[in-house]
Amino acid sequence: MSDKLPQPAGLPIFLLDGHEIPFQPGQTVMQAALEAGFYIPHLCFHEEFKPHGSCKVCTVKVNGRTVASCTTAAAADLDVESETSELRDLRKTLVQFLFTEGNHFCPSCEQSGNCKLQAVAYELDVLSAHFNPIFPDRPLDASHPDVLLDFNRCILCELCIRASSEVDGKDVFALAGRGITKHLIVNAESGRLADTKLAVNDKAMSVCPVGVIQRKRRGFAVPIGQRTYDQKPISEVTISRLQGHPIGHAEDQEGDGR
Amino acid sequence: MPEVFSAILVQHEHNPTRLVQILRDVMAAVGELTPKNITAIALGLGLPRARVEGVACFYSFFETEPRGRYRVLFSDSATDRMAGSVQLRQRLLDAFDLKLGEVSRDNLVSIGTTSCTGLCDQGPALLVNGRAIARLTPARIGALSSLIRGGSPVEDWPENLFAIDVHIRRADLLLATPYLPGDLLQAALARGPQGCIDAVRQANLRGRGGAGFTTGQKWQACRDAPGEAHYVVCNADEGEPGTFKDRVLLSDYADQVFEGMTVAGYAIGARQGYLYLRGEYAFLQDHLQAMLQRRRRDHLLGSGILGVDGWDFDIQIHWGAGAYICGEESALIESMEGKRGIPRNRPPYPVTCGYLNQPTVVNNVETLVAAGFIVGQGPEWFGSRGTPRSAGTRLHSVAGDVERPGVYEYPWGVTVRQVLEDAGARLERTQAVQVGGPSGTLLGPSEFGRRIAFEDVPSAGAFMVFDDSRDMVEVIDNFAHFFAHESCGFCTPCRVGTTLIAQMTHHLVQGKGTRRDLKDLSKVALVMKAASHCGLGNTAGNPILQGLQKFRPAFDGKLASTEVLPSFDLDEALAAAREATGREDEDAHFFGEYCAEAANPASALAAHTSRAAPTALSARKSEVP
Repeated sequence: MSDKLPQPAGLPIFLLDGHEIPFQPGQTVMQAALEAGFYIPHLCFHEEFKPHGSCKVCTVKVNGRTVASCTTAAAADLDVESETSELRDLRKTLVQFLFTEGNHFCPSCEQSGNCKLQAVAYELDVLSAHFNPIFPDRPLDASHPDVLLDFNRCILCELCIRASSEVDGKDVFALAGRGITKHLIVNAESGRLADTKLAVNDKAMSVCPVGVIQRKRRGFAVPIGQRTYDQKPISEVTISRLQGHPIGHAEDQEGDGR
Repeated sequence: MPEVFSAILVQHEHNPTRLVQILRDVMAAVGELTPKNITAIALGLGLPRARVEGVACFYSFFETEPRGRYRVLFSDSATDRMAGSVQLRQRLLDAFDLKLGEVSRDNLVSIGTTSCTGLCDQGPALLVNGRAIARLTPARIGALSSLIRGGSPVEDWPENLFAIDVHIRRADLLLATPYLPGDLLQAALARGPQGCIDAVRQANLRGRGGAGFTTGQKWQACRDAPGEAHYVVCNADEGEPGTFKDRVLLSDYADQVFEGMTVAGYAIGARQGYLYLRGEYAFLQDHLQAMLQRRRRDHLLGSGILGVDGWDFDIQIHWGAGAYICGEESALIESMEGKRGIPRNRPPYPVTCGYLNQPTVVNNVETLVAAGFIVGQGPEWFGSRGTPRSAGTRLHSVAGDVERPGVYEYPWGVTVRQVLEDAGARLERTQAVQVGGPSGTLLGPSEFGRRIAFEDVPSAGAFMVFDDSRDMVEVIDNFAHFFAHESCGFCTPCRVGTTLIAQMTHHLVQGKGTRRDLKDLSKVALVMKAASHCGLGNTAGNPILQGLQKFRPAFDGKLASTEVLPSFDLDEALAAAREATGREDEDAHFFGEYCAEAANPASALAAHTSRAAPTALSARKSEVP
């Protein structure tokens, strides 16, 4: 986390673990914190998309109430707690929930080292899934010539859905089912990716925080051990990647209330 | 596209926000939403196909898998079970040689379960092709299986089979005040829109759906919000298990409900109202439509209400399709807009940005009846009952181990004991009351002196009574499965947490629970309470937390005797391998103290000595006699 921040004059501030965080009108707590160089663990949040708050890993306490920091509007005088043992425990359990819910075999996963779920788990000292695994039956979809879908790893963050709809204009992905049976589907009567309009250059190809959407014929190009989060923890990677980028300023905000 | 589809789409003006209604109509017409049907609907509405599929797969009453021509769904509320629904269900399954959830080979019938159908005062109940049958007995199950075998359409079955009783046991302000249709509208007109809001605010009416938000404040915020249109929505998605008072209001007090909606519309400046009605109450359809028609004819609805030029307000029924979450007001609005019922992020709240992003008031059925009467009779009249912080009366749906189940209207502040006595519960044998449904408050005998009021025990209107013959862990397991089934799945804590809790309570009921399960149960419940996206997840852990606190011996009694017993069954874990290899011989089984099937210790020991058991387990063999 950065010690010295350029403090734009005249911006309102809130407190994050005692640090003064300046914010632009329209920003959420998460957006302002990241822009100011403070990491709050997250999975379904992506700086290029409107936050929707489903993973809840970014849960903080605002004036004593637990809320998702990615969807809570920043406001002057908020007192936000993030790095407390209570919240770390809560986040840890939520990440364990995600490991329990899917089929995650890190040692053999092509995404290992580039996977945000794995990286956030390390960040939070998650050493096991703790709960009885649910072992859902989620068949692969290898029908597309260039892309493989491994639904076993899906954490239902909806980023591919949002990217395909909002950026690519294709609506390739959607959610079906509800509760624990909720799952990702593709836009085809056959249910096969090959029958959708997905192309390798789509935005939807690059936003998956885990390893669901894989380019074929590219496996293990970078050896495990030398990948992004093998080098540095996700907190550092995220902050240095976002340094100098405005996040979620009012002029970028659009939305429908979700 | 099949002609029947075109007609349905035309009827709904090819409007994508009508998707849930369209899917309901297609279901009724062709019985199933096949992949081809979904594609046709998506094309007709200009929606991405996957989005239509996503909606179709969200609601329980939409079938995307083949099912029987007769689809039987047993209501699986705790009170249905107490009245013997599991045994009756088995009887019907046996009659067709089926397992739960299966479709018979001739595609004649499928039998499953559904969440509480709101007939707890006359359970056990079921739905057959969407039509409710109550007061099930072995004889009725026999009649049902004959009718199914007979193959005639459900519409032609004897009417008395579908009779739904109304049990009003105690009437007070809302149920006993004389009223003539139009009375409340005249009073509203005399007060003016702001005067109506002021009256409701002065009466300190709080929402009856559970959250208890001040109704007057809601109305004011909506009235003051700018928008192209304002809407009134009556939330009749009465899904909280054990609650059926809104059904009774809609069957016997529909005029008052519609009049309350019309008053609300007048107060906030709305021209359109919607009754969001749960699909389980399909039997109310004709009655309600006739009532709406009569009110239009009498100038109590439609254009020029009471002959006043420009006073236009109409009401449409919007059907739910089997999703408890749609009782949450923002999920309800999503559903009305033809989407999956996922609660929105708030703010903005529906009062400023609701249905079609316009200012919308969503009120519970009972709230609207009360508000209408307050406008008619005045806030002082309403304040003559209740407590300082809970004005007026509240309807309770009393069911379970009582002699006289039904709807009881009491002033707020009534003691739990009073309700129990009036309903004919055997007090000395009553071990628990679940107030406000599974998401509410579980009370033990030492708390029967407590009062039902916002300042003591708030209630969403359900009152389930359990005598000492009931296994409270089984009851809580039933609640846990309800929440797991009804979680929308949007947020991690509720989606996974409700499933883990149901998994663990199931272990407990099977006698396979461990101390670790109990510890994890609290942990998961607390995470759900703290981090969930909406009220469902925030409250779904309540039965666990309160159960562990108040009925700990019942939980402890479910633990397997040794502390180290694993919560999974080694022999059961081998079942899939046995099935795959077609083996059933002795060596394909794992007998022993860690298996539920260990019939007697001696044979278990013999089994262990006859083959090499894993060393970690063998180390503890000394415990076996």
